[in-house]
Amino acid sequence: MAKGQGAALDKKKLMADPVMVTTIVLLITFLSLFILYPLAILLVDSFIGDGGGLSFSVFSRIFKIPTFTTAITNTLKVGFMVGIIATAVGLLFAYVEVYVKMNRFAGGLFKVVSMLPVVSPPFVLSLSMIMLFGKAGIITRYLLKIYDNSVYGFWGIVVVQSLTFFPVCYMMFKGLLKNIDPSLEEAARDMGASRFKVFTSVTFPLLLPGIGNAFLVTFIESIADFANPMIIGGNYDTLATTIYLQITGAYDKAGAAAMAVVLLCITLAMFIVQKYVLEARSTATLTGKASRGRMLIEDKSVRIPLTTLCSLGALFVVMMYICVPIGALFPTWGFKFFPLTGKWFKLVFTRYNGFKAFKDSFMLSLIAAPITALLSMIISYLVVKRKFRSKAFIEAVSMLAMAVPGTVLGVGYIRGFSGGLFHTGLLQGLYGTGAILIIVFIIRSLPTGTRSGIAALRQIDKSIEESAYDMGADSFRVFTTVTLPLIKDSFLSGLVTAFVRSITAISAIILLVTPQYLLITVQINEFAEKGSFGLACAFASILILITYGAVLLMNLFIKYFGTSRKFKEAE
Amino acid sequence: MEKIKKGVRLEHISKIYTDPKTKNDFYAVKDTSITIDPGTFVTLLGPSGCGKTTTLRMIAGFESPDEGEIYLGDEPINSLTPNKRDTAMVFQSYALLPHYNIFDNVAYGLKLRKLPKEEIRDRVLKILDLVELTGMETRMTNQLSGGQQQRVALARALVIEPSVLLFDEPLSNLDAKLRVQMRTEIRRIQQEVGITAIYVTHDQSEAMAISDNIIIMDKGVVAQMGTPHQIYYNPVNEFVADFIGEANFLRGTMKGIEGNLAIMELNGQRFKVEYHEGMEEGRQYTAVLRPEASCLSDDKGVSCKVVLSCFMGSYQNYHVMVGDSLVRLEEYNPKNKKIYKVGDQCRLDFDPASVHVLPC
Repeated sequence: MAKGQGAALDKKKLMADPVMVTTIVLLITFLSLFILYPLAILLVDSFIGDGGGLSFSVFSRIFKIPTFTTAITNTLKVGFMVGIIATAVGLLFAYVEVYVKMNRFAGGLFKVVSMLPVVSPPFVLSLSMIMLFGKAGIITRYLLKIYDNSVYGFWGIVVVQSLTFFPVCYMMFKGLLKNIDPSLEEAARDMGASRFKVFTSVTFPLLLPGIGNAFLVTFIESIADFANPMIIGGNYDTLATTIYLQITGAYDKAGAAAMAVVLLCITLAMFIVQKYVLEARSTATLTGKASRGRMLIEDKSVRIPLTTLCSLGALFVVMMYICVPIGALFPTWGFKFFPLTGKWFKLVFTRYNGFKAFKDSFMLSLIAAPITALLSMIISYLVVKRKFRSKAFIEAVSMLAMAVPGTVLGVGYIRGFSGGLFHTGLLQGLYGTGAILIIVFIIRSLPTGTRSGIAALRQIDKSIEESAYDMGADSFRVFTTVTLPLIKDSFLSGLVTAFVRSITAISAIILLVTPQYLLITVQINEFAEKGSFGLACAFASILILITYGAVLLMNLFIKYFGTSRKFKEAE
Repeated sequence: MEKIKKGVRLEHISKIYTDPKTKNDFYAVKDTSITIDPGTFVTLLGPSGCGKTTTLRMIAGFESPDEGEIYLGDEPINSLTPNKRDTAMVFQSYALLPHYNIFDNVAYGLKLRKLPKEEIRDRVLKILDLVELTGMETRMTNQLSGGQQQRVALARALVIEPSVLLFDEPLSNLDAKLRVQMRTEIRRIQQEVGITAIYVTHDQSEAMAISDNIIIMDKGVVAQMGTPHQIYYNPVNEFVADFIGEANFLRGTMKGIEGNLAIMELNGQRFKVEYHEGMEEGRQYTAVLRPEASCLSDDKGVSCKVVLSCFMGSYQNYHVMVGDSLVRLEEYNPKNKKIYKVGDQCRLDFDPASVHVLPC
């Protein structure tokens, strides 16, 4: 048996479609150049590094640096702790939302909590943590009269990261729990199990792979996180911050490259386990669609403590976020609270080039967002709807980007592009320009967009596109007249997510930005480091306003122009 | 439609798939040669997994054959993409474009061909009239019933005036009554337009009702090709006999010839079937007996025992044992006939001319 002819014909048919071929070639080039190549160059550099010739010399050198080895254990400890806490809290929130009858107020709070991390810059919680609980913190110093509380270090990072990442777990568990058929649990109840027994013997085992999945996702996020450890870590260095300091402080680029390889290996290993072992299993056990609505728990002895606990938690998170804009209004944080003043906002724009910072961040993100959204839709279309040889490559590389911490990507870009391609000077002009920042934005948001695009496209019957193809449309027309209109909602939300992610990004960007560009996140980081919390808060508040505005705009758009509305109305 | 009608020819077509679990290659379609005459309605019929849909998708261009060549008219089309082939397909799930209204759905193919607006309008309205959907132009697809969506799908395929219409189990999502109504519709429209049509289904009564010719497929190969009559009355093997309608198999040994009849023996009992050229004494043959072609009586035929007797309204349904073979039969209009009960000993009678004989 030989499949030769069929494969040859498939290839011939593909080649008869120039737009498609060009797209694939461009995509492969783009992905190889901006994801694979920077990572490859890191490997090459760390093995050739100092002496020239293949050796482990760089690795043996960095493993002799004590701060590096402690950074590894620090990172893993934090990741582990954050993984456990965020998963547990996320599960609690999801359970309460799906199983317990809640009042309107609690429901609203939950919604806000799930939204906040989406619209806020990643390190806002660190800021408010310091402002509330630090040495001059409102709560510690003025309410509790503790004068020497230190939030910097292990627990500071753990608390802040847990609060930042648990909403992600919450959303994941919410999806899983909703897919559990209530009749499974009713059957267990019917046979005499108590509610607690039902949870331990039915719900929990069904969720187990999902729990592992959530834990690893948070773990990866935590060890890849740069901004929070930077601001609230103090002397407690994690891998991401150590790599940053190795470049900006010690000017040891080869060492930083090797460190980045170590960090990459850790996240990659986690990612592979998460993606290929747990993710498949966590959905495989829960394929059953709920046959009908679930009887919510109304029992007061369960309902009141659980909703109260979660509402308090949610209120705490909301308070942490609100603290930022309020902080920007105090004359001097920690010393003088009244009268409220607008001076920090004024200073942002008069003395600290606020306009330029917002303009630069805004413009770069505005350019990156549509490109990212379109690219991720094209990739999802190719992955889900078409078959061709290099498809697996495109899918794997765009997913790989998810496992690459921003810091690693940043170091890779420095090593890969500052001296041109393979240090030959080719494409050297790219380094230090706005274009490379835009590319980093695109690469950093591509996996999220692609993932949601793939999910949206899988919902669409394959034969709809086939019918258009059969009617005489070529790939380009099929994509523009059928695919894109059908996933308009996903495209719009991808657009906004990309914009928000770009404008709030810091980890890779901080390594690549040149003085020519002022970026808001970098500014916030700088002022927070210096202890100018008023300014940092003012910058952050305006940033949150922008991102929140973008999300609102998107929802409005989807509501009035989205595809789903039109279909729903007709039904 | 002043177009030269074209037929379709498949020459030694094979398609190989890989089992995702075992990683073994297998033939989904194997060395299949089919000739479909211009203007005829041909059905590919078979159980699921027999390769009928794969064959259809190869004709449409969605799959590429691993061996052989496909011709549309006299033109080889193996290397053409679906959008360049002069075929139009009606999908099982209708595959209407949900973001377009009915008019735009039907007009989609014409717009791609960059026809002038007026012509598009005329042709769409004409075709909508043919499928009896006049006045529905501005509805969205999900405002239509299943049968109406089916008509839109058909109109959309017809309007581009393809040489060949392809149907991929188009009626399987409709309820039983509508299915019968729609298949008559499809046949009427095909006759009116005079187009070549290839229709995939696993429903044998559907195939009988609409086809000029039926091609029965089994495990990737063509089992039999012929008119509904030929296939029903002269099946080439037990698979075909069993798949088309219901069939009982009586295996017996040929004992002799009596005029133009052959005498068969089964468990010591004798019965007669039509003699065919080439039948040999002493060899085993299978008699294919249709349920409607036999009846029970007290004195004529082979002895049997009733194991099921069930009143179905238009007929009385019996299961009887002849030796150790089960025979199902339907006696129509049972009102004034004798009804046998379970456990009754009686005789099974049939006309030798209505029995088809297969070599074992």
